[in-house]
Amino acid sequence: MTEGCAAPPGGVPLDGVDLSRESVIQGIVTRGGKLPVSRAYVRLLDATGEFSAEVPTDEAGGFRFFARPGRWTVRTLAPRAAPVDRAVVASQGAIAEIEVSIPA
Amino acid sequence: MSRQTTLVSADWVEQHKNDPTVVLVEVDEDTAAYDKNHIAGAVRLDWKADLQDPIRRDFVDKGQFEALLSDRGIGNDDTVVLYGGNNNWFAAYAYWYFKLYGHGDVRLLDGGRKLWELESRELVADVPQRTATRYTASDPDLSIRAFRDEVVAAIGAKNLVDVRSPDEFAGRLLAPAHLPQEQSQRGGHIPTARNIPWSKAANDDGTFRSDDELSTLYGDAGVDLGTDTIAYCRIGERSAHTWFVLHELLGVGNVKNYDGSWTEYGSLVGVPIAIGDEPGEA
Repeated sequence: MTEGCAAPPGGVPLDGVDLSRESVIQGIVTRGGKLPVSRAYVRLLDATGEFSAEVPTDEAGGFRFFARPGRWTVRTLAPRAAPVDRAVVASQGAIAEIEVSIPA
Repeated sequence: MSRQTTLVSADWVEQHKNDPTVVLVEVDEDTAAYDKNHIAGAVRLDWKADLQDPIRRDFVDKGQFEALLSDRGIGNDDTVVLYGGNNNWFAAYAYWYFKLYGHGDVRLLDGGRKLWELESRELVADVPQRTATRYTASDPDLSIRAFRDEVVAAIGAKNLVDVRSPDEFAGRLLAPAHLPQEQSQRGGHIPTARNIPWSKAANDDGTFRSDDELSTLYGDAGVDLGTDTIAYCRIGERSAHTWFVLHELLGVGNVKNYDGSWTEYGSLVGVPIAIGDEPGEA
């Protein structure tokens, strides 16, 4: 069990996590589909648009959430770019992969 | 209180970067971000290593707090400006903590580290060397801290504000969705608690919403701010953010942060728990 509530850059690693019980949403943020964007802020919004979690991206532009099955929106904030929203469906025991490209 | 005496902007921080009476403090649970870079002149506080007792589940006592601030070179008369990641959750927790031990002038950087980074402001790796002080703390002000027995007695009698996400409130998630969901405690919330997520008090960039928006938020949720209020979350840092909004920005008098929060309440034997989206019955 994690003691605190902090979100490490990139999200919590999958090492030791029982994936059969999790509904993972993960991906990378790039600028123009090429360069990974570190220290972007990726927010997970539930089906009503309410905030659920936020993770800063790691050096590789990566992020990860542990959601529940259903529809979610991933909102990405990055310097010198307007927010980008992407819809995603999470399923238990699966990893939903998405790539977020912000304008170059 | 008001935001003029409790909040500062990024521009204010830059204008005061050479002011010897202002001490910037970055507060995080994971201090890897500080190690990489931070706002020039900032010292750090590690939420776990510095602010939590290493043995018991409690935060550090008055003597430990005095030793900590003395070591960091923070004086009683300094203006302390706190900021951090996670939308200032841990900085807000530290703010509440500084108030609990009676620090005179403490403020939050509006937007925290996130807005500073999104605006591409300067971050440095240099760690400042500050001369040690002899800090003197007050006895803890327990009028702003709630304990479990008081929380159980508050069911159906006082305002309980659960500031976690709707899915955590309902018991559909056991932790914020950036953490794995395998947790030991039960899911749900304290009966009669209203769910007003901390995030409703903040903009996407981490800054606080306006006073008018904040007053409307709690009013529309049916919280009578003339009644005693206890805020809680999972470990007490998101609810410190809401405590800051209610007590410091809106000037509501009797507001306490229950730092035991759901990791304590959800593990207690025999206490009532409500599940689902409604507050539930007392």
